[in-house]
Amino acid sequence: MTTKTAPRRRLPRGYRIARNLLGPAELDAALGAMASEIRSRNPEPDQVALIGIRRGGVHLANRLAKLLAVAGREPPVGIVDITLYRDDLDRVGPNPIVGSTEIPFEIEGITVVLVDDVLYTGRTVRAALDALLDYGRPRGVQLAVLVDRGHRELPIQPDYAGLREATRPTDQVEVLLAEEGGDDTAVLLEREVAATPGGAHA
Amino acid sequence: MPERATSPRPPTSQESLDFAIGEHHAPLLGKHLLGLEGLSREQIQGVLDVARRMKDVSERPVKKVPTLRGKTVVCLFHEASTRTRSSFEIAAKRLSADTINVGGSGSSTTKGETLLDTALNLEAMRPDAIVVRHSESGACNFLARQVECPVINAGDGAHEHPSQGLLDLFTMQERLGSLEGLKVAIVGDLLHSRVVRSNLYGLRALGAEVHLCGPGTLISPWFESYGARLHRRIEPAIEGADVIMMLRIQRERQGTSTIPSLREYERFFGLSPARVGLAKPDVIIMHPGPMNRGVEISPEVADGPYSVILDQVTNGVAVRMALLYLLVARGSDAPRG
Amino acid sequence: MRLVVEGGLVIDPSSRLEEARDVVIEDGKVVALATPGEVRVADQRLDARGRWVLPGLVDMHVHLREPGEEHKETVASGTHAAAAGGVTTVACMANTIPVNDNAAVTDYILRKAKSEGLVNVLPIGAVTRGLKGEELADLGELAEAGCIAYSDDGQPVMNSRLARNALEYARSFERLVISHCEDRNLTRGGAMNEGDLSVKLGLGGMPSVAEDVMVARDIALGAYTGARIHIAHLSTAGAVEMVRRAKRSGVQVTAEATPHHFTLTEEAVGDYDTHAKMNPPLRSRRDREALLAGLADGTIDAIATDHAPHDATCKHIEFGLAAFGVVGLETVLPLTLDLVRKGVLSRTRAVELLGLGASRALGIAKGTLAVGADADLAIVDPDLEWVFQVDRMRSKSRNSPFTGYKLRGRAVTTVVSGRVVHDTARTQAREG
Ligand SMILES: [Zn+2]
Ligand SMILES: [Zn+2]
Repeated sequence: MTTKTAPRRRLPRGYRIARNLLGPAELDAALGAMASEIRSRNPEPDQVALIGIRRGGVHLANRLAKLLAVAGREPPVGIVDITLYRDDLDRVGPNPIVGSTEIPFEIEGITVVLVDDVLYTGRTVRAALDALLDYGRPRGVQLAVLVDRGHRELPIQPDYAGLREATRPTDQVEVLLAEEGGDDTAVLLEREVAATPGGAHA
Repeated sequence: MPERATSPRPPTSQESLDFAIGEHHAPLLGKHLLGLEGLSREQIQGVLDVARRMKDVSERPVKKVPTLRGKTVVCLFHEASTRTRSSFEIAAKRLSADTINVGGSGSSTTKGETLLDTALNLEAMRPDAIVVRHSESGACNFLARQVECPVINAGDGAHEHPSQGLLDLFTMQERLGSLEGLKVAIVGDLLHSRVVRSNLYGLRALGAEVHLCGPGTLISPWFESYGARLHRRIEPAIEGADVIMMLRIQRERQGTSTIPSLREYERFFGLSPARVGLAKPDVIIMHPGPMNRGVEISPEVADGPYSVILDQVTNGVAVRMALLYLLVARGSDAPRG
Repeated sequence: MRLVVEGGLVIDPSSRLEEARDVVIEDGKVVALATPGEVRVADQRLDARGRWVLPGLVDMHVHLREPGEEHKETVASGTHAAAAGGVTTVACMANTIPVNDNAAVTDYILRKAKSEGLVNVLPIGAVTRGLKGEELADLGELAEAGCIAYSDDGQPVMNSRLARNALEYARSFERLVISHCEDRNLTRGGAMNEGDLSVKLGLGGMPSVAEDVMVARDIALGAYTGARIHIAHLSTAGAVEMVRRAKRSGVQVTAEATPHHFTLTEEAVGDYDTHAKMNPPLRSRRDREALLAGLADGTIDAIATDHAPHDATCKHIEFGLAAFGVVGLETVLPLTLDLVRKGVLSRTRAVELLGLGASRALGIAKGTLAVGADADLAIVDPDLEWVFQVDRMRSKSRNSPFTGYKLRGRAVTTVVSGRVVHDTARTQAREG
């Protein structure tokens, strides 16, 4: 296995890269802007925690925590796994790999910023909210996403978005981060014209 | 090197696809769970890893997830077993499934209705899984050929008890990490034990060394063809063992031609504190329950520091949650009738 | 009335004949084995060119289930199945309801056979009253009523004193005692052969030694009393070897083996297939090989089916609760011919095992096409390939482990006492 040169993430079958949405510098800037917005809306830093949605939001939550550090103290960071809260198991079947939810702090009475990489239908966030609320009753929950690509199916809107991008429902947005190797980047994927209809379909 | 159960598996490239695409996951298990025979190391470890997450759920203040909301699980118990039945029932409820219990006195199963009739009638009510306990070996295999929905074996005769085998493996991994090369001794009525069969397949798949022991009337040389070492005395079986599992001895066997008396059984095959000394210093002691204290296991051992018997019960719920999740939450590629 | 079976290869083990002959039949008897083309005058002719003409098969171990379990089989359906399989004589076991332990039941069976039976039916009387193994049945009365032999088949006679007395007493009536050899204490709770498969499946084992100890006992009783004894459904290597030695030392013992035991092994149980559940159980590969050797070298005298019909209520249930037994009348011929193709048996030896052997053991004049013999015969297409299908079975029951098997060889026409009782050309025309 040539882990160095292998792609960090496999391109979904039937898709090709349409264009780059964010390069390393742009992604950095987007996160910086999101952090300063979070700071300005939540003036008490010790009353805020970040919880990344597994898997896309985990590294981003850590990044934001670093950016939000006050005098070297970062806000607490947790991870929420939504596998057991999904509403589409009848369609996709059980994921044989269930991730752990790791919230090593009390969320009671604080503000939780849920972090994910891409906001699309809103169903992931719905599941994450349900999961989160089973751990306690935060004072408030805010949503931070790197890319909002539209096409919501539920009344869910981000409080912080690094980039709002118009996409087609058939597109895909992938965020690749340096933590997984390589450079930070966000790309827009589109269906290959030759792709057989009904191939990888939602 | 096999991983310890507690360490998270590295993500695969498959897994990293965003779920919004609606990719189907390759099912970890077949349609039914009839036994552990034939399951690969990857399949068994996969179930145990999911069970690990289910145990997290059981340790939260809110011990319930909505995963199987709207699903119905039928527990068809032709043989009394409060323990296994309530474990499956709690597991189903923690996943938000509805449960129905059929069996025991007063139900149609005691009124001469055949197992097949009962199952077909239950199936007409469109359950999403049937959990079956039956006194006849192969009863679940038989049912699985007749019904459309998944059948989960909760113990059939002397054949298999896969959820028990998995919870035993889970408990061992939780305490000891990798089972590769560990010495696991199982002592008791091997011939009539479904627990020993499921454990044997699971332990062999995970690379453990299995030593079986019982009086000559309750063992069979053919266990060796499934990868076990056989002993007719308890001492060599448990010497240096990492795990000792004691099986329940049926009191009814006393005075038949199989064992002369429970007193004699206890003397030669029971697990006393002195015998525990033959095993590794950090040995763990297991028992699938219900125990006969003072027969196969002395009270000091059962309640002693090496005993993980209550962990087994706790872990049973987590393992059964994992099984229900993996078999009931099926994608549309696995249509149900 | 003269019937001529023309141009077939006549295989008659009683005269070691294996030649093309015209079989000339008058008044239900064989009157001549003529050179083909020699016979000019006939009332009816059956074309057997390219086929084998065999003495009709004699199956000395059949359960016809009538009286008492007519939903599983009747004399009519059972003999229909026999005729379809080329079997012209069946000896039927006594474990009916009520048990054939008195003349009234024997009479009933014989009357049914006369009115509805397609082939010869020879009742076997019980050894003990009610098959209970407690007291001897009225063996003399049974012989007089028409029983051809005695057996408690389905049950062993566990009491050795009773078993000995049965042998002694039966000699007055010159009837064979047929023994189902099984030590019930050793098989209690068993459902299949004891071995690694039974351990894996968690099914109670029926150890081969349970058969061996009873075969040893019965041979010892036979040797001690000097009586003739027949061992039913031999299934173990140990039993085959004991019979072989006993014969060599002059004991009057005969033995039979079933097609399922010489064709299948315990592996057929597979995923709890109740059609592979019978008693004695399917054994190991080694046992099966010993049976083949015994069939070839004369240790085993006869092939018998132990045709044991059961309905779905008894078979479509949990393995441990299912009834023991499989049907066999319609598959015995191709399964035996398979041994000829594999070189285990010569043609003549196979035919001997299918008729003459049982006839000698029972002391009846069947299994032969010698001049003067009853005109019971089967015209066989040895190379006909066919698939054994449940919906084509003549038996009322469906419990065959060979369902769906591709078989080779089939009785195309069956004749009993000069009368055609089965003819595939006609049946196919009707079915078509
Ligand atoms: Zn028998
Ligand atoms: Zn029989």
